[in-house]
Amino acid sequence: MSIVAMHAPDGFLEPGVALVTGLIALAVMAAAVRSSSQELGDRQVPLAGMAAAFIFAAQMFNFPVASGTTGHLLGGALAAILLGPWVGALVVGVVVLVQALIFADGGLTALGYNVINMAIVPAFGGWAIYCLVRRVLPSNAAGVIGATAVASGLSVVFAASAFSIQWLFGATAPVPFDTVFGAMVGVHVLIGIGEAAISAMAIAAVLAARPDLVVGAQDLNATQLADRPRVGARPFVIGGLLVAVFLAMVVSQFAASSPDGLEKVAEDKGFSDSATDHTFAQSMFADYATRGIDNENLSLAIAGVTGVTLTLAVGTGMAVGARQLRRAAT
Amino acid sequence: MGGGHAPNKIHDLVISGESSVHRLPPDVKLVALVAFVSSIAMTPRHAVWAFAVYAAILAAVTAIARVPIAVIGRRLLIVAPFLMAAALVPFIGDGPQTKVGPFNLSTDGLWAAWNICAKALLGATASILLTSTTPIPDLLVGMTRLRVPRPVVSIVAFMVRYLDLLADQFQRMRLAMAARGHDPRWLWQARPVASAAGTLFVHAYERGERTHQAMLARGFTGHMPDLDTPTRSSGAWLTALGPAALAVSVCIVAIVQ
Repeated sequence: MSIVAMHAPDGFLEPGVALVTGLIALAVMAAAVRSSSQELGDRQVPLAGMAAAFIFAAQMFNFPVASGTTGHLLGGALAAILLGPWVGALVVGVVVLVQALIFADGGLTALGYNVINMAIVPAFGGWAIYCLVRRVLPSNAAGVIGATAVASGLSVVFAASAFSIQWLFGATAPVPFDTVFGAMVGVHVLIGIGEAAISAMAIAAVLAARPDLVVGAQDLNATQLADRPRVGARPFVIGGLLVAVFLAMVVSQFAASSPDGLEKVAEDKGFSDSATDHTFAQSMFADYATRGIDNENLSLAIAGVTGVTLTLAVGTGMAVGARQLRRAAT
Repeated sequence: MGGGHAPNKIHDLVISGESSVHRLPPDVKLVALVAFVSSIAMTPRHAVWAFAVYAAILAAVTAIARVPIAVIGRRLLIVAPFLMAAALVPFIGDGPQTKVGPFNLSTDGLWAAWNICAKALLGATASILLTSTTPIPDLLVGMTRLRVPRPVVSIVAFMVRYLDLLADQFQRMRLAMAARGHDPRWLWQARPVASAAGTLFVHAYERGERTHQAMLARGFTGHMPDLDTPTRSSGAWLTALGPAALAVSVCIVAIVQ
Protein backbone atom coordinates (compact mmCIF):
# COMPACT_ATOMS: atom_id res chain seq x y z
CA MET A 1 0.00 0.00 0.00
CA SER A 2 2.96 2.30 0.06
CA ILE A 3 4.76 2.13 -3.28
CA VAL A 4 2.74 4.45 -5.46
CA ALA A 5 3.85 7.16 -7.83
CA MET A 6 2.50 10.05 -5.80
CA HIS A 7 5.27 11.97 -4.07
CA ALA A 8 6.99 11.97 -7.44
CA PRO A 9 10.65 13.05 -7.45
CA ASP A 10 12.35 15.64 -9.70
CA GLY A 11 12.30 14.85 -13.40
CA PHE A 12 9.63 12.13 -13.14
CA LEU A 13 7.56 13.84 -15.85
CA GLU A 14 8.75 16.09 -18.68
CA PRO A 15 9.59 19.73 -17.76
CA GLY A 16 6.70 21.06 -19.86
CA VAL A 17 4.16 19.12 -17.81
CA ALA A 18 5.91 20.19 -14.60
CA LEU A 19 5.62 23.84 -15.66
CA VAL A 20 1.97 23.71 -16.77
CA THR A 21 0.82 21.73 -13.72
CA GLY A 22 2.87 24.10 -11.57
CA LEU A 23 0.99 27.11 -12.92
CA ILE A 24 -2.38 25.41 -12.49
CA ALA A 25 -1.54 24.34 -8.93
CA LEU A 26 -0.34 27.86 -8.13
CA ALA A 27 -3.59 29.42 -9.39
CA VAL A 28 -5.82 26.98 -7.48
CA MET A 29 -3.77 27.32 -4.31
CA ALA A 30 -3.97 31.13 -4.54
CA ALA A 31 -7.75 30.85 -4.85
CA ALA A 32 -7.77 28.45 -1.89
CA VAL A 33 -5.77 30.91 0.23
CA ARG A 34 -8.29 33.64 -0.58
CA SER A 35 -11.42 31.53 -0.07
CA SER A 36 -10.14 30.05 3.17
CA SER A 37 -9.29 33.47 4.56
CA GLN A 38 -12.85 34.53 3.70
CA GLU A 39 -14.16 31.44 5.43
CA LEU A 40 -11.98 31.44 8.52
CA GLY A 41 -11.07 35.12 8.90
CA ASP A 42 -8.24 35.62 11.35
CA ARG A 43 -8.66 32.01 12.50
CA GLN A 44 -7.16 30.97 9.15
CA VAL A 45 -3.56 30.71 10.27
CA PRO A 46 -3.98 28.76 13.53
CA LEU A 47 -6.73 26.45 12.30
CA ALA A 48 -5.31 25.66 8.86
CA GLY A 49 -1.86 25.26 10.41
CA MET A 50 -3.11 22.88 13.05
CA ALA A 51 -5.16 20.92 10.51
CA ALA A 52 -2.08 20.63 8.27
CA ALA A 53 -0.10 19.29 11.20
CA PHE A 54 -2.91 16.78 11.81
CA ILE A 55 -2.94 15.57 8.18
CA PHE A 56 0.85 15.28 8.19
CA ALA A 57 0.79 13.32 11.48
CA ALA A 58 -2.01 11.07 10.18
CA GLN A 59 0.06 10.32 7.06
CA MET A 60 3.05 9.33 9.18
CA PHE A 61 1.27 6.53 11.01
CA ASN A 62 0.48 3.11 9.75
CA PHE A 63 -2.85 1.34 9.86
CA PRO A 64 -3.23 -2.42 9.64
CA VAL A 65 -4.34 -3.61 6.20
CA ALA A 66 -4.05 -7.37 5.96
CA SER A 67 -2.15 -9.93 7.95
CA GLY A 68 0.31 -7.49 9.45
CA THR A 69 0.96 -5.34 6.38
CA THR A 70 0.23 -1.68 6.89
CA GLY A 71 -0.71 1.40 4.92
CA HIS A 72 -1.27 5.03 5.69
CA LEU A 73 -3.92 7.65 5.13
CA LEU A 74 -3.66 10.18 2.28
CA GLY A 75 -6.35 12.38 3.78
CA GLY A 76 -7.27 14.65 0.84
CA ALA A 77 -11.00 13.85 0.87
CA LEU A 78 -11.06 13.55 4.67
CA ALA A 79 -9.62 17.08 4.96
CA ALA A 80 -12.22 18.40 2.49
CA ILE A 81 -15.13 16.83 4.38
CA LEU A 82 -13.84 17.98 7.77
CA LEU A 83 -12.85 21.50 6.73
CA GLY A 84 -14.65 22.21 3.45
CA PRO A 85 -13.05 21.77 0.01
CA TRP A 86 -11.09 25.04 -0.20
CA VAL A 87 -9.55 24.86 3.27
CA GLY A 88 -9.03 21.13 2.75
CA ALA A 89 -7.16 21.65 -0.53
CA LEU A 90 -5.07 24.42 1.02
CA VAL A 91 -4.17 22.31 4.05
CA VAL A 92 -3.12 19.24 2.06
CA GLY A 93 -1.29 21.48 -0.44
CA VAL A 94 0.74 22.93 2.43
CA VAL A 95 1.49 19.40 3.65
CA VAL A 96 2.79 18.42 0.19
CA LEU A 97 4.89 21.61 0.00
CA VAL A 98 6.49 20.98 3.38
CA GLN A 99 7.12 17.33 2.57
CA ALA A 100 8.99 18.37 -0.57
CA LEU A 101 10.86 21.32 0.92
CA ILE A 102 11.78 19.93 4.31
CA PHE A 103 11.79 16.14 3.96
CA ALA A 104 12.83 15.88 0.28
CA ASP A 105 9.71 13.71 -0.10
CA GLY A 106 8.66 14.65 -3.62
CA GLY A 107 10.77 16.85 -5.88
CA LEU A 108 10.61 20.64 -5.85
CA THR A 109 10.18 20.72 -9.63
CA ALA A 110 7.48 18.04 -9.28
CA LEU A 111 5.43 20.18 -6.88
CA GLY A 112 2.92 21.12 -9.59
CA TYR A 113 1.71 17.62 -10.35
CA ASN A 114 2.17 16.41 -6.80
CA VAL A 115 -0.04 19.20 -5.42
CA ILE A 116 -2.65 18.55 -8.13
CA ASN A 117 -2.68 14.79 -7.56
CA MET A 118 -2.56 14.76 -3.78
CA ALA A 119 -4.34 17.96 -2.75
CA ILE A 120 -6.47 19.52 -5.47
CA VAL A 121 -7.94 16.43 -7.16
CA PRO A 122 -8.73 14.48 -3.94
CA ALA A 123 -10.13 17.52 -2.11
CA PHE A 124 -12.40 18.86 -4.87
CA GLY A 125 -13.14 15.55 -6.59
CA GLY A 126 -13.79 13.94 -3.22
CA TRP A 127 -16.05 16.84 -2.20
CA ALA A 128 -18.09 16.53 -5.41
CA ILE A 129 -18.62 12.81 -4.83
CA TYR A 130 -19.41 13.47 -1.17
CA CYS A 131 -22.14 15.99 -2.03
CA LEU A 132 -23.52 13.65 -4.69
CA VAL A 133 -23.69 10.61 -2.41
CA ARG A 134 -25.17 12.65 0.44
CA ARG A 135 -28.21 13.34 -1.77
CA VAL A 136 -28.85 9.65 -2.20
CA LEU A 137 -28.25 8.59 1.39
CA PRO A 138 -30.57 9.55 4.28
CA SER A 139 -29.59 12.83 5.95
CA ASN A 140 -28.27 11.53 9.22
CA ALA A 141 -24.89 10.61 10.69
CA ALA A 142 -24.85 7.26 8.90
CA GLY A 143 -25.34 9.09 5.59
CA VAL A 144 -22.35 11.33 6.31
CA ILE A 145 -20.19 8.35 7.22
CA GLY A 146 -21.23 6.38 4.15
CA ALA A 147 -20.69 9.33 1.83
CA THR A 148 -17.26 9.89 3.39
CA ALA A 149 -16.34 6.28 2.67
CA VAL A 150 -17.36 6.47 -1.00
CA ALA A 151 -15.81 9.91 -1.53
CA SER A 152 -12.46 9.12 0.08
CA GLY A 153 -12.19 5.77 -1.67
CA LEU A 154 -12.88 7.35 -5.07
CA SER A 155 -10.62 10.33 -4.36
CA VAL A 156 -7.62 7.99 -4.31
CA VAL A 157 -8.67 6.49 -7.65
CA PHE A 158 -9.09 10.03 -9.01
CA ALA A 159 -5.57 10.88 -7.92
CA ALA A 160 -4.22 7.80 -9.69
CA SER A 161 -6.12 8.65 -12.88
CA ALA A 162 -4.84 12.23 -12.76
CA PHE A 163 -1.28 10.95 -12.60
CA SER A 164 -1.90 8.61 -15.55
CA ILE A 165 -3.24 11.47 -17.65
CA GLN A 166 -0.20 13.59 -16.81
CA TRP A 167 1.90 10.61 -17.87
CA LEU A 168 0.16 10.69 -21.26
CA PHE A 169 1.44 14.24 -21.77
CA GLY A 170 4.83 13.99 -20.12
CA ALA A 171 6.03 10.39 -20.00
CA THR A 172 9.76 10.01 -19.38
CA ALA A 173 9.85 6.25 -19.89
CA PRO A 174 8.73 3.95 -22.71
CA VAL A 175 5.72 2.68 -20.78
CA PRO A 176 2.48 3.33 -22.64
CA PHE A 177 -0.49 5.10 -21.09
CA ASP A 178 -2.60 1.91 -20.92
CA THR A 179 -0.06 0.14 -18.76
CA VAL A 180 0.37 3.08 -16.40
CA PHE A 181 -3.38 3.69 -16.21
CA GLY A 182 -4.17 0.02 -15.59
CA ALA A 183 -1.49 -0.39 -12.95
CA MET A 184 -2.12 2.92 -11.15
CA VAL A 185 -5.90 2.64 -11.08
CA GLY A 186 -5.81 -1.07 -10.29
CA VAL A 187 -3.52 -0.61 -7.30
CA HIS A 188 -5.35 2.48 -6.11
CA VAL A 189 -8.76 0.85 -6.19
CA LEU A 190 -7.37 -1.45 -3.48
CA ILE A 191 -5.72 1.41 -1.61
CA GLY A 192 -9.03 3.25 -1.84
CA ILE A 193 -10.70 0.59 0.34
CA GLY A 194 -8.25 1.33 3.15
CA GLU A 195 -8.64 5.07 2.68
CA ALA A 196 -12.44 4.69 2.69
CA ALA A 197 -12.54 2.57 5.85
CA ILE A 198 -10.11 4.74 7.84
CA SER A 199 -11.65 8.06 6.72
CA ALA A 200 -15.19 6.86 7.50
CA MET A 201 -14.24 5.60 10.95
CA ALA A 202 -12.31 8.80 11.70
CA ILE A 203 -15.29 10.95 10.62
CA ALA A 204 -17.54 8.79 12.82
CA ALA A 205 -15.30 9.55 15.81
CA VAL A 206 -15.35 13.30 15.10
CA LEU A 207 -19.14 13.25 14.60
CA ALA A 208 -19.54 11.57 17.98
CA ALA A 209 -17.36 14.08 19.81
CA ARG A 210 -17.74 17.43 18.03
CA PRO A 211 -20.23 17.19 15.13
CA ASP A 212 -20.09 20.98 14.79
CA LEU A 213 -16.51 20.71 13.51
CA VAL A 214 -17.44 18.67 10.43
CA VAL A 215 -18.12 21.18 7.63
CA GLY A 216 -19.64 18.40 5.51
CA ALA A 217 -22.28 17.73 8.20
CA GLN A 218 -23.28 21.30 8.99
CA ASP A 219 -26.70 20.85 7.44
CA LEU A 220 -27.72 18.24 10.02
CA ASN A 221 -29.51 19.01 13.29
CA ALA A 222 -29.00 17.27 16.62
CA THR A 223 -31.62 14.52 16.13
CA GLN A 224 -30.32 13.68 12.66
CA LEU A 225 -26.80 13.47 14.06
CA ALA A 226 -27.94 11.11 16.80
CA ASP A 227 -29.50 8.81 14.22
CA ARG A 228 -26.69 6.44 13.39
CA PRO A 229 -27.38 2.76 12.89
CA ARG A 230 -24.14 0.88 13.54
CA VAL A 231 -22.49 -0.71 10.56
CA GLY A 232 -19.89 -3.33 11.33
CA ALA A 233 -16.42 -2.63 9.97
CA ARG A 234 -15.96 -6.14 8.61
CA PRO A 235 -18.99 -6.25 6.28
CA PHE A 236 -18.03 -2.75 5.21
CA VAL A 237 -14.48 -3.75 4.24
CA ILE A 238 -15.61 -6.96 2.54
CA GLY A 239 -18.34 -5.10 0.67
CA GLY A 240 -15.77 -2.52 -0.42
CA LEU A 241 -13.47 -5.27 -1.58
CA LEU A 242 -16.22 -6.77 -3.75
CA VAL A 243 -16.99 -3.40 -5.32
CA ALA A 244 -13.26 -2.82 -5.92
CA VAL A 245 -12.76 -6.20 -7.55
CA PHE A 246 -15.70 -5.46 -9.82
CA LEU A 247 -14.26 -2.04 -10.74
CA ALA A 248 -10.80 -3.51 -11.29
CA MET A 249 -12.30 -6.05 -13.69
CA VAL A 250 -14.04 -3.30 -15.64
CA VAL A 251 -10.83 -1.24 -15.81
CA SER A 252 -8.72 -4.20 -16.82
CA GLN A 253 -11.19 -4.93 -19.61
CA PHE A 254 -10.28 -1.57 -21.07
CA ALA A 255 -6.58 -1.87 -20.42
CA ALA A 256 -6.32 -5.43 -21.67
CA SER A 257 -7.87 -4.62 -25.01
CA SER A 258 -4.42 -3.53 -26.11
CA PRO A 259 -2.45 -6.68 -25.39
CA ASP A 260 1.00 -5.55 -24.26
CA GLY A 261 2.43 -9.04 -24.28
CA LEU A 262 1.57 -9.55 -27.91
CA GLU A 263 2.97 -6.18 -28.84
CA LYS A 264 6.21 -7.02 -27.15
CA VAL A 265 6.50 -10.18 -29.18
CA ALA A 266 5.76 -8.17 -32.29
CA GLU A 267 8.48 -5.69 -31.41
CA ASP A 268 10.96 -8.48 -30.72
CA LYS A 269 10.22 -10.06 -34.05
CA GLY A 270 10.75 -6.66 -35.60
CA PHE A 271 7.54 -6.38 -37.57
CA SER A 272 5.88 -3.58 -35.70
CA ASP A 273 7.86 -0.71 -37.11
CA SER A 274 4.57 0.46 -38.46
CA ALA A 275 3.16 3.93 -38.56
CA THR A 276 1.89 4.24 -34.98
CA ASP A 277 5.00 6.04 -33.85
CA HIS A 278 4.72 8.95 -36.21
CA THR A 279 1.11 9.90 -35.81
CA PHE A 280 1.55 11.67 -32.53
CA ALA A 281 5.27 12.30 -32.56
CA GLN A 282 4.74 15.95 -33.40
CA SER A 283 1.80 16.43 -31.09
CA MET A 284 1.64 17.48 -27.49
CA PHE A 285 1.31 13.87 -26.39
CA ALA A 286 4.58 12.46 -25.15
CA ASP A 287 5.98 10.11 -27.72
CA TYR A 288 6.60 7.49 -25.08
CA ALA A 289 3.13 7.29 -23.65
CA THR A 290 1.41 6.70 -26.97
CA ARG A 291 4.11 4.67 -28.68
CA GLY A 292 3.42 1.03 -29.15
CA ILE A 293 -0.24 1.28 -28.32
CA ASP A 294 -1.77 -0.64 -31.15
CA ASN A 295 -5.22 0.58 -30.40
CA GLU A 296 -4.39 4.24 -30.11
CA ASN A 297 -7.95 5.49 -30.45
CA LEU A 298 -9.22 3.31 -27.63
CA SER A 299 -6.57 4.30 -25.15
CA LEU A 300 -6.87 7.96 -26.04
CA ALA A 301 -10.61 7.54 -25.61
CA ILE A 302 -10.08 6.11 -22.12
CA ALA A 303 -7.73 8.99 -21.37
CA GLY A 304 -10.25 11.47 -22.71
CA VAL A 305 -13.18 10.06 -20.76
CA THR A 306 -11.08 9.92 -17.59
CA GLY A 307 -9.86 13.45 -18.13
CA VAL A 308 -13.36 14.79 -18.69
CA THR A 309 -14.72 12.92 -15.66
CA LEU A 310 -11.91 14.24 -13.49
CA THR A 311 -12.26 17.82 -14.67
CA LEU A 312 -16.00 17.60 -14.17
CA ALA A 313 -15.64 16.23 -10.65
CA VAL A 314 -12.99 18.75 -9.61
CA GLY A 315 -14.90 21.60 -11.24
CA THR A 316 -18.14 20.55 -9.53
CA GLY A 317 -16.34 20.37 -6.20
CA MET A 318 -14.98 23.88 -6.71
CA ALA A 319 -18.33 25.27 -7.82
CA VAL A 320 -20.25 23.65 -4.97
CA GLY A 321 -17.61 24.79 -2.51
CA ALA A 322 -17.72 28.35 -3.82
CA ARG A 323 -21.51 28.43 -3.69
CA GLN A 324 -21.56 27.21 -0.10
CA LEU A 325 -18.92 29.81 0.72
CA ARG A 326 -21.04 32.62 -0.70
CA ARG A 327 -24.11 31.36 1.10
CA ALA A 328 -22.18 31.31 4.37
CA ALA A 329 -20.97 34.86 3.79
CA THR A 330 -24.46 36.29 3.27
CA MET B 1 4.09 7.99 -0.28
CA GLY B 2 7.06 6.03 0.97
CA GLY B 3 5.55 4.31 3.98
CA GLY B 4 6.30 6.34 7.08
CA HIS B 5 7.29 9.76 5.93
CA ALA B 6 9.53 11.18 8.55
CA PRO B 7 12.48 9.19 9.75
CA ASN B 8 13.46 12.07 12.00
CA LYS B 9 11.68 14.65 14.02
CA ILE B 10 11.16 17.81 12.06
CA HIS B 11 13.30 19.87 14.41
CA ASP B 12 16.26 17.48 14.35
CA LEU B 13 16.90 17.85 10.65
CA VAL B 14 19.68 20.42 10.86
CA ILE B 15 23.19 19.08 11.25
CA SER B 16 24.55 21.79 13.48
CA GLY B 17 27.84 23.19 12.40
CA GLU B 18 29.64 26.31 11.36
CA SER B 19 30.37 26.48 7.70
CA SER B 20 30.00 29.03 4.97
CA VAL B 21 27.04 26.99 3.69
CA HIS B 22 25.30 27.21 7.09
CA ARG B 23 25.90 30.97 7.23
CA LEU B 24 24.36 31.85 3.86
CA PRO B 25 21.06 33.74 4.00
CA PRO B 26 18.12 31.32 3.62
CA ASP B 27 16.41 33.13 0.74
CA VAL B 28 19.60 32.99 -1.29
CA LYS B 29 19.88 29.28 -0.59
CA LEU B 30 16.27 28.71 -1.63
CA VAL B 31 16.75 30.50 -4.96
CA ALA B 32 19.96 28.57 -5.57
CA LEU B 33 18.22 25.28 -4.74
CA VAL B 34 15.31 25.92 -7.11
CA ALA B 35 17.68 26.93 -9.93
CA PHE B 36 19.89 23.91 -9.31
CA VAL B 37 17.02 21.41 -9.14
CA SER B 38 15.33 22.89 -12.22
CA SER B 39 18.58 22.51 -14.18
CA ILE B 40 18.76 18.86 -13.14
CA ALA B 41 15.15 18.25 -14.15
CA MET B 42 15.61 19.83 -17.58
CA THR B 43 18.89 18.16 -18.51
CA PRO B 44 18.52 15.66 -21.36
CA ARG B 45 19.11 12.10 -20.16
CA HIS B 46 21.84 11.31 -22.68
CA ALA B 47 24.13 14.05 -21.29
CA VAL B 48 25.69 11.74 -18.70
CA TRP B 49 28.61 14.13 -18.19
CA ALA B 50 26.20 16.85 -17.02
CA PHE B 51 24.88 14.61 -14.25
CA ALA B 52 28.48 13.89 -13.24
CA VAL B 53 29.08 17.65 -12.93
CA TYR B 54 25.94 18.05 -10.79
CA ALA B 55 27.07 15.20 -8.54
CA ALA B 56 30.51 16.80 -8.22
CA ILE B 57 28.95 20.15 -7.25
CA LEU B 58 26.79 18.45 -4.62
CA ALA B 59 29.79 16.52 -3.30
CA ALA B 60 31.77 19.74 -2.99
CA VAL B 61 28.94 21.51 -1.13
CA THR B 62 28.52 18.48 1.14
CA ALA B 63 32.20 18.57 1.97
CA ILE B 64 32.23 22.32 2.64
CA ALA B 65 29.10 22.04 4.82
CA ARG B 66 30.56 18.98 6.61
CA VAL B 67 27.28 17.09 6.41
CA PRO B 68 27.99 13.40 7.12
CA ILE B 69 27.44 11.24 4.03
CA ALA B 70 25.65 8.66 6.20
CA VAL B 71 23.00 11.26 7.08
CA ILE B 72 22.39 12.08 3.42
CA GLY B 73 22.27 8.39 2.56
CA ARG B 74 19.72 7.70 5.28
CA ARG B 75 17.49 10.57 4.21
CA LEU B 76 17.75 9.54 0.55
CA LEU B 77 15.84 6.36 1.43
CA ILE B 78 12.72 8.44 0.89
CA VAL B 79 13.12 8.13 -2.91
CA ALA B 80 13.73 4.36 -2.73
CA PRO B 81 10.20 3.41 -3.93
CA PHE B 82 10.77 5.39 -7.12
CA LEU B 83 14.15 3.79 -7.73
CA MET B 84 12.45 0.39 -7.47
CA ALA B 85 9.74 1.49 -9.89
CA ALA B 86 12.42 2.80 -12.26
CA ALA B 87 14.26 -0.52 -12.06
CA LEU B 88 11.17 -2.23 -13.52
CA VAL B 89 11.02 0.03 -16.58
CA PRO B 90 13.75 -1.73 -18.63
CA PHE B 91 11.82 -4.99 -18.22
CA ILE B 92 8.39 -3.70 -19.22
CA GLY B 93 9.48 -0.99 -21.67
CA ASP B 94 9.09 -1.45 -25.40
CA GLY B 95 11.29 -0.44 -28.32
CA PRO B 96 14.72 -1.78 -29.36
CA GLN B 97 16.33 -4.24 -26.98
CA THR B 98 19.79 -4.44 -25.48
CA LYS B 99 21.26 -7.60 -24.07
CA VAL B 100 22.45 -7.09 -20.49
CA GLY B 101 23.71 -10.29 -18.92
CA PRO B 102 20.97 -12.90 -19.26
CA PHE B 103 18.22 -10.33 -19.89
CA ASN B 104 16.88 -8.68 -23.01
CA LEU B 105 16.17 -5.16 -21.82
CA SER B 106 14.56 -2.20 -23.53
CA THR B 107 17.22 0.33 -24.49
CA ASP B 108 14.91 3.29 -24.01
CA GLY B 109 13.80 1.70 -20.76
CA LEU B 110 17.38 1.60 -19.50
CA TRP B 111 17.80 5.27 -20.37
CA ALA B 112 14.49 6.08 -18.69
CA ALA B 113 15.51 4.21 -15.54
CA TRP B 114 18.83 6.06 -15.49
CA ASN B 115 17.00 9.35 -16.04
CA ILE B 116 14.55 8.81 -13.15
CA CYS B 117 17.22 7.51 -10.74
CA ALA B 118 19.78 10.22 -11.51
CA LYS B 119 17.31 13.10 -11.32
CA ALA B 120 15.51 11.78 -8.21
CA LEU B 121 18.76 11.16 -6.31
CA LEU B 122 20.45 14.44 -7.30
CA GLY B 123 17.31 16.51 -6.68
CA ALA B 124 16.66 14.93 -3.30
CA THR B 125 20.32 15.32 -2.28
CA ALA B 126 20.17 19.03 -3.07
CA SER B 127 17.01 19.44 -0.95
CA ILE B 128 18.53 17.41 1.88
CA LEU B 129 21.62 19.65 1.84
CA LEU B 130 19.37 22.68 2.28
CA THR B 131 17.46 21.28 5.26
CA SER B 132 20.65 19.90 6.80
CA THR B 133 22.22 23.33 6.87
CA THR B 134 19.22 25.63 7.41
CA PRO B 135 17.03 25.69 10.53
CA ILE B 136 13.31 25.70 9.66
CA PRO B 137 12.60 29.17 11.15
CA ASP B 138 15.29 30.56 8.83
CA LEU B 139 13.69 28.77 5.88
CA LEU B 140 10.39 30.46 6.74
CA VAL B 141 12.11 33.85 6.83
CA GLY B 142 13.59 33.02 3.44
CA MET B 143 10.14 32.18 2.06
CA THR B 144 8.75 35.49 3.36
CA ARG B 145 11.58 37.43 1.73
CA LEU B 146 10.89 35.66 -1.55
CA ARG B 147 7.32 37.04 -1.40
CA VAL B 148 5.61 33.74 -0.69
CA PRO B 149 2.17 34.98 0.49
CA ARG B 150 2.07 35.71 4.23
CA PRO B 151 -0.81 33.38 5.12
CA VAL B 152 0.98 30.44 3.50
CA VAL B 153 4.21 31.08 5.41
CA SER B 154 2.27 31.51 8.66
CA ILE B 155 0.32 28.28 8.10
CA VAL B 156 3.55 26.41 7.37
CA ALA B 157 5.11 27.92 10.50
CA PHE B 158 2.15 26.82 12.59
CA MET B 159 2.14 23.37 11.13
CA VAL B 160 5.86 22.88 11.69
CA ARG B 161 5.56 24.10 15.28
CA TYR B 162 2.81 21.64 16.19
CA LEU B 163 3.70 18.65 14.02
CA ASP B 164 5.95 16.85 16.48
CA LEU B 165 3.47 17.54 19.26
CA LEU B 166 0.55 15.95 17.39
CA ALA B 167 2.68 13.07 16.15
CA ASP B 168 3.81 12.37 19.72
CA GLN B 169 0.23 12.51 20.92
CA PHE B 170 -0.81 9.97 18.31
CA GLN B 171 2.16 7.79 19.24
CA ARG B 172 1.04 7.86 22.90
CA MET B 173 -2.49 6.85 21.91
CA ARG B 174 -1.11 3.88 19.96
CA LEU B 175 1.13 2.96 22.87
CA ALA B 176 -1.79 3.08 25.29
CA MET B 177 -3.82 0.82 22.98
CA ALA B 178 -0.95 -1.62 22.64
CA ALA B 179 -0.53 -1.65 26.43
CA ARG B 180 -4.17 -2.77 26.66
CA GLY B 181 -3.61 -5.59 24.21
CA HIS B 182 -4.78 -3.95 20.96
CA ASP B 183 -2.75 -5.48 18.15
CA PRO B 184 -4.67 -4.99 14.90
CA ARG B 185 -3.76 -7.25 12.00
CA TRP B 186 -6.62 -6.60 9.57
CA LEU B 187 -8.28 -3.51 8.20
CA TRP B 188 -11.62 -4.20 9.91
CA GLN B 189 -9.82 -4.20 13.27
CA ALA B 190 -8.60 -0.66 12.63
CA ARG B 191 -11.58 1.09 14.20
CA PRO B 192 -9.77 2.06 17.44
CA VAL B 193 -6.82 3.44 15.48
CA ALA B 194 -9.07 5.36 13.11
CA SER B 195 -11.12 6.65 16.04
CA ALA B 196 -7.88 7.80 17.64
CA ALA B 197 -7.14 9.71 14.43
CA GLY B 198 -10.58 11.33 14.64
CA THR B 199 -10.00 12.19 18.30
CA LEU B 200 -6.63 13.63 17.38
CA PHE B 201 -8.33 15.89 14.85
CA VAL B 202 -10.75 17.16 17.51
CA HIS B 203 -7.84 17.75 19.90
CA ALA B 204 -5.85 19.51 17.19
CA TYR B 205 -8.79 21.71 16.21
CA GLU B 206 -9.56 22.64 19.80
CA ARG B 207 -5.90 23.36 20.41
CA GLY B 208 -5.97 25.57 17.33
CA GLU B 209 -8.97 27.45 18.72
CA ARG B 210 -7.29 27.87 22.12
CA THR B 211 -4.08 29.05 20.49
CA HIS B 212 -6.06 31.47 18.38
CA GLN B 213 -7.73 32.89 21.51
CA ALA B 214 -4.34 33.24 23.16
CA MET B 215 -2.98 34.97 20.06
CA LEU B 216 -5.93 37.37 19.97
CA ALA B 217 -5.35 38.15 23.64
CA ARG B 218 -1.81 39.13 22.68
CA GLY B 219 -2.87 41.41 19.87
CA PHE B 220 -2.87 39.09 16.83
CA THR B 221 -4.29 40.84 13.75
CA GLY B 222 -4.29 37.98 11.25
CA HIS B 223 -0.63 38.35 10.32
CA MET B 224 2.47 37.25 12.11
CA PRO B 225 4.72 40.20 12.97
CA ASP B 226 8.00 40.74 11.16
CA LEU B 227 10.86 39.74 13.37
CA ASP B 228 14.20 41.34 12.73
CA THR B 229 15.93 39.34 10.07
CA PRO B 230 19.59 39.38 9.12
CA THR B 231 20.31 41.24 5.89
CA ARG B 232 21.88 39.63 2.91
CA SER B 233 24.92 40.87 1.08
CA SER B 234 25.78 40.73 -2.57
CA GLY B 235 28.73 38.52 -1.56
CA ALA B 236 26.29 35.93 -0.23
CA TRP B 237 24.37 35.96 -3.50
CA LEU B 238 27.59 35.39 -5.41
CA THR B 239 28.73 32.53 -3.16
CA ALA B 240 25.40 30.72 -3.12
CA LEU B 241 24.49 31.26 -6.72
CA GLY B 242 27.92 30.16 -7.94
CA PRO B 243 27.10 26.43 -7.92
CA ALA B 244 23.58 27.10 -9.19
CA ALA B 245 24.89 29.24 -12.07
CA LEU B 246 27.34 26.49 -12.93
CA ALA B 247 24.48 23.99 -12.98
CA VAL B 248 22.34 26.24 -15.17
CA SER B 249 25.14 26.68 -17.70
CA VAL B 250 25.83 22.95 -17.70
CA CYS B 251 22.13 22.36 -18.38
CA ILE B 252 22.09 24.87 -21.26
CA VAL B 253 25.18 23.31 -22.84
CA ALA B 254 23.64 19.84 -22.47
CA ILE B 255 20.41 20.95 -24.14
CA VAL B 256 22.17 22.76 -26.99
CA GLN B 257 24.34 19.72 -27.66
